[in-house]
Amino acid sequence: MMNAEQILKFSPGYRLQWEEAQQKFVILYPEGMVELNQSSAEILKLCDGSNNLSAIVTELEAKFATSGLEADISQFLKVALQNGWIQYA
Amino acid sequence: MAGSNTPNITPPRWLLAELSYKCPLQCPYCSNPLDYARYPQELSTEDWKRVLSQARKMGAVQLGFSGGEPLTRQDLPELVAYARELGYYSNLITSGYGLSEEKILELKNAGLDHIQVSIQASSADLSDHLAGTESYAHKLQVAQWVKQHGYPMVLCVVLHRQNIHQMPEILAMAETLGADYLELANTQYYGWAHVNRDQLLPTREQFVEAEKIAQAYKEKVGNKMKIYYVVPDYYEDRPKACMNGWGTTFLTIAPDGTALPCHSARELPGLDCPNVKDYSIEAIWNESKAFNFFRGTEWMQEPCRSCDEKHKDFGGCRCQAFLFNADAASTDPVCSKSPHRDRVDAVIASAAVSAEHVDEKPLVFRNSRNSKNYL
Repeated sequence: MMNAEQILKFSPGYRLQWEEAQQKFVILYPEGMVELNQSSAEILKLCDGSNNLSAIVTELEAKFATSGLEADISQFLKVALQNGWIQYA
Repeated sequence: MAGSNTPNITPPRWLLAELSYKCPLQCPYCSNPLDYARYPQELSTEDWKRVLSQARKMGAVQLGFSGGEPLTRQDLPELVAYARELGYYSNLITSGYGLSEEKILELKNAGLDHIQVSIQASSADLSDHLAGTESYAHKLQVAQWVKQHGYPMVLCVVLHRQNIHQMPEILAMAETLGADYLELANTQYYGWAHVNRDQLLPTREQFVEAEKIAQAYKEKVGNKMKIYYVVPDYYEDRPKACMNGWGTTFLTIAPDGTALPCHSARELPGLDCPNVKDYSIEAIWNESKAFNFFRGTEWMQEPCRSCDEKHKDFGGCRCQAFLFNADAASTDPVCSKSPHRDRVDAVIASAAVSAEHVDEKPLVFRNSRNSKNYL
């Protein structure tokens, strides 16, 4: 289960970065790289050590003038946590 | 701007910067060329900065500072800082020899992302013997500093017949050191490893046993320590997808500025590998003979040409095809479809015989004196 209250941040050694040549965001880590689609990148940009799940949902729903994003965001963050890209601050 | 690359040629993503062939260690499986003593010239700091900046502009993002021992370069912190400024994710691939806590901090402040420390074995006597240098105790200390200073700790152990029996102890050592990543790299038989192959190639039984132990451990530790296992391809029946395909992803720059499609490509005849002192990275990557030599599938012979797996493994490794078949365009003989698979099997049999002998011939260590024998 996702903890909705705890703040999320990038794990040490993982870096989120815009790649001009690829025109996309990527996650960089030892010996590897993950290319991100736009929605994944939008979520991960907010895992900056100041937001929790609720804050991320609120911010993205406002940004894209929509609602009901929580299930998808939570699902994606669970995968990101499992992969070790991000962690609870 | 994303449009500056030539169509149908993917831009480089990984850049391996071999800063120097100098190394205080003498590992008998070193991937540097046997005749490295032929190339004592090293690029200047300005040359390296130009290379970094040109490759980055094309899209290279993963950067390995390697060698030899990259710490022998006094300008390493300067190059690390420059690479960070350009947006590289940079890795120092080091023996740890000569690395102090101050240097680790200096490199961290310069923006180095991670350090990969190699250890030769799980015991001091064997590790020092293989390294040809007393270095084990210091390596353990370096691994602890790397961890203490907040780097992801990547531990690399090259596996072969002299240390593969230590697999349980190697795994335990990595866990004790708090490794975040453990690279268990079965020796690839090029360069110095090729010369020492009879003494280094594990028997099939040893390999199967070691892999089983590593696999069980991997399941036990899960995500806490990520294990990369580089398979010994002689025991596979399909070749490795070498370099992810020639001239698609990887770019190696040797200490003297020679640009190589893979770090062993210097062994291949007829490539005329270009030098960064004469050409830009873009011209080298897109237009040079060397980087186009084995691009795509047009160069392939049978059985690769009509094989439905040719887009999966690209015919395997060109250097291996050359070493076994004296023809770099032939099918990697590791493949069971190769008409020369028997040559790999003969090597496996020969190593197994050698393993039975107590008076094996001695290892040829990687040093300048021995390298001069190959000039």
